[in-house]
Amino acid sequence: MNFDFSDDQKQLRDQARKFLTEKCSSKAVRVVLDGKAPYDKELWKGLAEMGFLGVAIPEEFGGAGAGHLELCVIAEEMGRANAPVPFSSTVYLAAEALLIAGSDAQKKKWLPAIASGEAIGTLALFEGKGNPSPKNVKLTAANGVLNGVKRPVADGAVADFAVVAARTASSGRDNDISLFLIDLKAGGVEVKSLTNLDPTRGQAEMTFKDCKAEPLGAVGEGWSILTQVLDRAAVLCAFEQVGGADRALEMGRDYALDRIAFGRQIGSFQAVKHMLADMYVSATLARSNSYYGAWALSTNAAELPEAAAAARISATQAFQHCAKNNIQVHGGMGFTWEFDCHMYYRRANAMALGLGSLSYWEDQLIDRMRKKNAA
Amino acid sequence: MNFDDTPQEAAFRETARKWIEANAPKELHAELSKSSLGRIRLANHDIVDVGRAWQKKKFEGNWACLHWPREYGGRGATPIEKVIWQQEEGVYGKLTQPFQIGEGMCGPTVMAFGSEDAKRRYLPKLASGEEIWCQLFSEPSAGSDVAGLRTRAEKKGDNWIVNGQKIWTSGAHYSDYGLLIARTDPNVPKHKGLTMFFLDMKSPGVEVRPIKQANGMQEFNEVYFTDVVIPDSQRLGAVGEGWNVSLTTLMNERMSIGARLATGVPEMFEFCSNLMLEDGLAIDDPAVRSKLATWAAKSNGLKYTSYRTISALSKGERPGPENSIGKLVSGMMLQDIATYAMDLQGAAGVLTGNDEETVQGQFQQMLLSAPSMRIAGGTDEILRNIIAERVLGLPGDIRVDKDVPYNKIPTKGR
Repeated sequence: MNFDFSDDQKQLRDQARKFLTEKCSSKAVRVVLDGKAPYDKELWKGLAEMGFLGVAIPEEFGGAGAGHLELCVIAEEMGRANAPVPFSSTVYLAAEALLIAGSDAQKKKWLPAIASGEAIGTLALFEGKGNPSPKNVKLTAANGVLNGVKRPVADGAVADFAVVAARTASSGRDNDISLFLIDLKAGGVEVKSLTNLDPTRGQAEMTFKDCKAEPLGAVGEGWSILTQVLDRAAVLCAFEQVGGADRALEMGRDYALDRIAFGRQIGSFQAVKHMLADMYVSATLARSNSYYGAWALSTNAAELPEAAAAARISATQAFQHCAKNNIQVHGGMGFTWEFDCHMYYRRANAMALGLGSLSYWEDQLIDRMRKKNAA
Repeated sequence: MNFDDTPQEAAFRETARKWIEANAPKELHAELSKSSLGRIRLANHDIVDVGRAWQKKKFEGNWACLHWPREYGGRGATPIEKVIWQQEEGVYGKLTQPFQIGEGMCGPTVMAFGSEDAKRRYLPKLASGEEIWCQLFSEPSAGSDVAGLRTRAEKKGDNWIVNGQKIWTSGAHYSDYGLLIARTDPNVPKHKGLTMFFLDMKSPGVEVRPIKQANGMQEFNEVYFTDVVIPDSQRLGAVGEGWNVSLTTLMNERMSIGARLATGVPEMFEFCSNLMLEDGLAIDDPAVRSKLATWAAKSNGLKYTSYRTISALSKGERPGPENSIGKLVSGMMLQDIATYAMDLQGAAGVLTGNDEETVQGQFQQMLLSAPSMRIAGGTDEILRNIIAERVLGLPGDIRVDKDVPYNKIPTKGR
């Protein structure tokens, strides 16, 4: 058994960490946090130059052709650095959808542009409140045009193209839904920025008015493709969450060692120690579940649906737990804008919702476990 | 990343599998499979008897204590080979319960600190199951604070005379030897006045009394010592070095990744899949699903954490600290699951009968036993301290008794 990343993959992780420590300091994140830029364009360019944006994109489409395990280690570092770039929308969602369902021409058009940093992509799925479900897709596609409203769309305001879930039939079944690929620069879509919990990752509303669209994958296959995309993104996001959780735990630990109260380091009080120990436990469970997800993702294993749901649940809970208690360890200082704690708190709670909320993934896990037990 | 054996590991697994296939007590397979949550129920056999028979067979086939050196009864196997053996041994591994303390803690301590004569005399018999060992550390006033123990050993010629009391000793009633830590100097600070010994449990003055536990069962004992004579040749390590010797013992306990800890999740999943509530199956209820999913994710997390440890062993690396979370997570989860399973049964959850309505009373038994999982082998609080101090590098507690001679420390409590 070798349930670990290879030395090369670990080296890539070190390389990513070094790069992000340099290029993605808290100061850089704060430029986006304070609304002075929609995302960090310099960092995005740098990520492209490092080959990180196309690490899992095959060489024939302009990527590095490395693989998903490599993408996982980079994702962990992106989460750790709280990187203010549209990485997850572009790389985990849009690129994965293209890789699964794109035609050769679609792949040739967009994948090289993703890898080079020229194109930002996103997935337009949600239409107001609610979790991923065919029932919640109201936007229609008929006669080659889309009509309807998507919100929230992560990184929608900076995206160049979008994968859009649309209703092509009304039978009440999953195959009512189809996916479409939209060049957002071609007109027909009105995009409006929305304020959100985590300003380091924008959210937008997209209004489609007779917007021309080309199908992505076969008509009626949309929900099946989306399910696969969400599972794959769940594993990749889990690595970001694990990276964020670890960083929040470290911040709390470092502060507990540094801060003196009642004449001693606060990290010598059991109330504080035990809080940090529990954070370590959550982070460890999340990491192990995510490793299993990484294995399933990289081998396209039949176990992926269950592994992805467990990784998603575990990593969501761990990041929320660590980010929340990191503030608690910091006391009042943790509740200032000046300290970085709130950036992780915001990111943790925003990420908990992005692919569908915790209760959605809990449902998914139980369904998938039952299916396996029945088989 | 892969779950495959290396060629050497695969060959080892094949050898082990064949031997087990040819030698295991298959007539016990069904009953052992049904014994869940660490509780072994055998209708017509005593676990010590059938355990001894299996242990002896393994010893003769060179499969007992297989990570020990050959000259002391082992096989000289690598840590990963031991893991593979445990995977292949499967449910028959439950038969090793009476020998686990000897193999995991007492044996390694004798190996590290015993004389060559002692090692050759005692270790092979421990490995073969002919002699069973227990561990005599905890006392009524020294549990988490085990260094505060009171049992005295006083030197008299070439012997030591022991007086005092130990508690929570698993298997003392069927053990032949015991690993004993005692106070040999009360005039120095508590960690410095301890010494480690081993003794014959049939020595005059040793009295074993079973403890009736809160769950109604009797698995632990109190052991009383009245003028018990231990020859100085049965001392392990120098006089006053007992604390350091005990750290070796405890480290071996924590390094053992053998038995997967029960979490209650498979039982709970099955229970919820079959339980009819007013509005349908429990597993279709959103509140039930939410809890069940969180528990399942935790339980999977523990499983894959152990895989990470096994991978490190397979590569010949020292496992990381991640394995330290197992008991902390599973103990609390077991208790929560038991409580919730009974909640789902409504008023009938109070019944403990061994019938179908109460699912053989398994969750009620789980509820009553769960507190011990959170205490034995390090309380939840001690485990959190260990993670905070050894893994996260936080400062140790401020200890008011650290530099005070033992006999000046105030004492009270049980």
